[in-house]
Amino acid sequence: MNAVAPPPPHPSARDPAVWRRVGVVLVGAVLLWPLLVWTEFRPWLLADPQSLRVTGRFLGEFFPPRLDAEFLRLMALETWRTVAIATAGLSLAFVIAVPLALLSTARLSVSALPGRMRPLPFALRQCARGVAIALRSVPELVWALVFVRVVGLGPTSGVIAIGIAYGGMLGKVYAEILESADPAPTQALLRNGASRLQAFFYGALPQSSTELVSYTVYRWECAIRSSVVLGFVGAGGLGQQLDTAAKMFAGGEVATILVIFMLLVAAADRLSAWLRKELG
Amino acid sequence: MSAALRSAGRALLARARCKACWFMVGLAALVLASFATLDLRWREFASPGAADAMGRFAREFWPPETSAGFLAKTWQATLETFAMSLLGTLLAAVLGLALALPAARKHADDPARLKPVARLLLNALRSIPELVWAALLLIAAGLGPFSGTLALALHTAGVLGRLFAESLENAPPGPAFALRVRGVGELRVFAYATLPQIWPQVISYTLYRWENNIRAAAVLGVVGAGGLGQMLAYHLGLFHMRETATVLLAMIALVVLVDVASYLSRRLLER
Repeated sequence: MNAVAPPPPHPSARDPAVWRRVGVVLVGAVLLWPLLVWTEFRPWLLADPQSLRVTGRFLGEFFPPRLDAEFLRLMALETWRTVAIATAGLSLAFVIAVPLALLSTARLSVSALPGRMRPLPFALRQCARGVAIALRSVPELVWALVFVRVVGLGPTSGVIAIGIAYGGMLGKVYAEILESADPAPTQALLRNGASRLQAFFYGALPQSSTELVSYTVYRWECAIRSSVVLGFVGAGGLGQQLDTAAKMFAGGEVATILVIFMLLVAAADRLSAWLRKELG
Repeated sequence: MSAALRSAGRALLARARCKACWFMVGLAALVLASFATLDLRWREFASPGAADAMGRFAREFWPPETSAGFLAKTWQATLETFAMSLLGTLLAAVLGLALALPAARKHADDPARLKPVARLLLNALRSIPELVWAALLLIAAGLGPFSGTLALALHTAGVLGRLFAESLENAPPGPAFALRVRGVGELRVFAYATLPQIWPQVISYTLYRWENNIRAAAVLGVVGAGGLGQMLAYHLGLFHMRETATVLLAMIALVVLVDVASYLSRRLLER
């Protein structure tokens, strides 16, 4: 009863900008409205009793995860296939990217030495750059979808899809890395009569090799993640198993595959971080 | 002295070389094993018949379907993709911030009891790709853009939550401390001291993820989660090649537009 009444808030203790904040929130809500309509945002569907029952049964089957020897053996094989698709795809990407990068980098231009590049080499370089951009602007999943139609289900389309999309990406980034390095060594070599390849191997490569390697290792890690995703359109590996299991509502299998997938991603993440540290 | 230095240097060089050559050996083994164990059908792929089939397949894409009705449908799907990416990223920013608070040790006396749990949750959200989330959410949320939006939101919340937690831990502690010693509650400390400090980072990470998510939203529909991807999968599945070409062009245009916009805005900000 004899508690001290709290002192009335000092006028300066109130938020001076409160009305402006409320106004911003209201405008934001009005702008958000069409988004909710376009995305058919109906969260109450999640609470629909029938869908809740299906979801509950599906999630309930997550425990226990399926762990019998036969299934685990199959999963080990599929995990290796996932890694193999990523690795083979990245090798293909490397083969595509190196010529693109060598063609498109201005560092190896002889005609650019005195000043401006001549029109023909300039056009050639822009063409190579355009090819790289075109290859990477189609997502690898779309490449995979298209190649599944051409070569059929299986890892071939996954390898080609990763090869093409990552080839464009690597080519563009390799060229950028080469161009961000110090131009003096390559220029000195080219001015003294070295060939472009010599200038590349002895002038440009030693400066940027660690950066090139670490970016490639990082992309390998990304390729593992995307090779799982490619499985969903029929390119083999863990993704295809996950897709099948989810379609059959086999909760136990889905749980096992998800855990394997998380471990695989974490392992690739660790390995790539360690490699980049060791080689850097 | 110099001899010792030289031999130490040589040992270092040998180690560095050895590391590089072990790396090369491991790499070669991995690549060879990959190509050897995958049943790649290069022979079929390289045969003249395949080249013919591929040429025919590529020609069927031309000309893209341009009837007004189909263009309107594609436009609608493009808007849907765009809305999915924007709403998904917004939800992810809110959810990410909510999860970042328990996942960060905000000051020296913060017990941060929930930190391991929150970090584990963020890692789990992050390590499952959007497309896998979408495939799983189809069961709960049904076909359509709603599952796609939720899938983007869940994956991105994991990514953003980790980044936000790091920003929270690295924020200069002064202002928050000044409020805390005067007995201001945790919520108000966060709203008036910590949040304004990490706000620029919150905005820039969110914008960066949005850029990524537009690209992701375009393909998410392939498993049935709405937008351009769903149209693509549908028409490609029925071998409607000309319609597929239109959808593909819309997809590429969207991606290129985002790339250009991000490049220009970055150039503008760097000035």
